[in-house]
Amino acid sequence: MEETKKKQPEQTTTHKIGIYLWIWGLLFVLSFFSYMVDWYQFQGMLRWSLILVFMFLKAGLIMAFFMHLFWERYALVNVLLWPMTAIACFIFLMVAEFKYTLFTRLLYFFVGG
Amino acid sequence: MSDPKIEGYQLKPGFKGMAADTGSDQTMFKGVHWGKAMMWIFLLSDTFVFSCFLISYMKGRGSTPVEWPNASEVFGLHVFGVDVPLLLIAIMTFVLITSSGTMALAVKYGYEKNRKMCGWLILATAIGGLTFVGMQAFEWTKLIHEGVRPWENPFGAAQFGSFFFMITGFHGTHVSIGVIFLFIYAYKTFAGHYDEGKRGWFTTMKGDYVEIEILGLYWHFVDLVWVFIFAFFYLW
Repeated sequence: MEETKKKQPEQTTTHKIGIYLWIWGLLFVLSFFSYMVDWYQFQGMLRWSLILVFMFLKAGLIMAFFMHLFWERYALVNVLLWPMTAIACFIFLMVAEFKYTLFTRLLYFFVGG
Repeated sequence: MSDPKIEGYQLKPGFKGMAADTGSDQTMFKGVHWGKAMMWIFLLSDTFVFSCFLISYMKGRGSTPVEWPNASEVFGLHVFGVDVPLLLIAIMTFVLITSSGTMALAVKYGYEKNRKMCGWLILATAIGGLTFVGMQAFEWTKLIHEGVRPWENPFGAAQFGSFFFMITGFHGTHVSIGVIFLFIYAYKTFAGHYDEGKRGWFTTMKGDYVEIEILGLYWHFVDLVWVFIFAFFYLW
């Protein structure tokens, strides 16, 4: 044990425990807030924007600190994050698609061909 | 950096560093264990799988003219004579975040070569995950008793059931696999495999605490996916 500790002191890339406890606490608070969105039955744009804000904050904190992306080199970070734009494109395509599907369904079900 | 593959290589920060790393004619992810890079690439592909599920859910929910079941009521619980909306889901969320925190600390203590602390925290994470899966089984049982099926349900649009079982089922499978690995890794940590550098199964790789970080990445990803499922399926 003592031997290995002396041999490879440079391999230990640790961070202070405080940062983990802070992120942990923040995640609890943010989850509590997103639960409160449902508890108080906010509706419409307020509900959706609050859900998205808390969701992205939580996801960002988990990825940046728990998954250590904040401390990784850009070569890895960029390989991981740029493909997400493909998902964003897919979402926009499918939003257009479901609006069209809903439109045609309403047209044929209720108005008639 | 102790990586012998990049010895003598001048590490630069930021985007200049990224360009230099990528064009360095040697390993691209400097100082990153190959297992960790592979786990990240697996997680990236898994991100696409879950995205496809959630996007198809968005498309299904958006294109039906029938009203979508009110998640707040469907997943509500009746406790002590009061109806509490989404209670079980909220508890599940807190359990999963707790286990994510213990996992992050396990990784930290692992790198500090604190074997006991690391082992106990992995065990705590595994128990958190097991609790989560147990509550999910309870939730499924409750909904199935109430008549929710992949093709119909008494609350509203018929597509609800198929998306619910598919998305939470796939996530639950991930949690279950994670729990199995957490128990195995807790054993390996307590047994000192990472201190001695004992080789694992099917690999010539020597045991190292970096494996705890790789397992941690998977576990945090499971938590990350739940953040999105919680927002889009339960709250939206």
